[in-house]
Amino acid sequence: MMSEVFAVDPLVLFTIVAMAAGTYLTRIAGLVLTKFVTFSGRTEAALQAVPPAILMSVVAPTAFATGIAETAATAITAIAALRLPMLAAMTLGVVSVVVLRMALTVI
Amino acid sequence: MKSNQNKSAINAGPNEFFLGVTTFFPLIFAATPIGLLFGALAAQKGMSPLEVLLMGSFVFAGGSQFLALDLWADPLPWLTIAFSTFLINLRHVLMSASLAPKLGHWTPLQKYLGFFILADEVWALSEQRAIKHHTTFSFYLGVGLTLFITWQVATVVGSLIGAVMGDPSRYGLDFAFTALFICLVMGFWQGRKTGVVLAASGLAAVLTHKFVPGAWYIIAGAIAGVIAAAVQYDEKTNGLQKPAEALQS
Repeated sequence: MMSEVFAVDPLVLFTIVAMAAGTYLTRIAGLVLTKFVTFSGRTEAALQAVPPAILMSVVAPTAFATGIAETAATAITAIAALRLPMLAAMTLGVVSVVVLRMALTVI
Repeated sequence: MKSNQNKSAINAGPNEFFLGVTTFFPLIFAATPIGLLFGALAAQKGMSPLEVLLMGSFVFAGGSQFLALDLWADPLPWLTIAFSTFLINLRHVLMSASLAPKLGHWTPLQKYLGFFILADEVWALSEQRAIKHHTTFSFYLGVGLTLFITWQVATVVGSLIGAVMGDPSRYGLDFAFTALFICLVMGFWQGRKTGVVLAASGLAAVLTHKFVPGAWYIIAGAIAGVIAAAVQYDEKTNGLQKPAEALQS
């Protein structure tokens, strides 16, 4: 049992290292880029849109193209996020997705 | 002694670190079920708990780890996995470029070591912090280490208990990550212009996700949002709206 827990296949390790190298490269690329390029005006405005644009892109397929329950729960979470603390809004979102999924299967 | 330094430097230290930990706290509930699920799926694919720990520690990027599992087969297509990982993680280039100018006083060593753990959630909370304040290294570390530990514990436990655990979607926990990101998106709301950026990103991401396999939808959505912001840029208002205007839209 212990040997199974600690087993490491050499090819698996190699794959992990290859994945890690590529990932680290993407993470420091921005540091290197901003050292040589300064952003201002329109470019700066564009760069400021990166955080919401990426966050939106990550959730969009689940939020808008999975089902009615997910889309409705997304709307509920978004409205709740404007008024409630983050954990409360998240909890409300998760609870509403469960309730809506159950309600939609009953119908 | 510190009179000539800005407020971010004065606030550096244990308090900033603790603030990072507490800022991350709600995300433990989002990251844990996802980590448990990853571990359970990895065990099904034949990965040992130590291999799960190694992948989590070295790669530390949930999305690409799930993608790797999806491609995991015998014989192991390591080149495909490594390249797909690189593609899905290309968004980090934009993330680090966006965050880099908002850091407080970080040494180069802190930057290059710290960005090793620049996962989505770490980046998102650092950006959120940067709306009002420079992101200090202590704050970043508080957020990052808490996620790092949460992720490793959850994935290893998941790989050990694997089959015992049921489907997380039964408890709606598959939606936790989405709910979290929606909350974070709302934090960046600055009025109608943000709405246009979000609409462009969302539409581009949904369409790309539907027609193009892989993780291109994140890149497509990011680019669409950035273009929307650039198009809307107005030299006079400097791209920002007055609060009153923002409330109306």
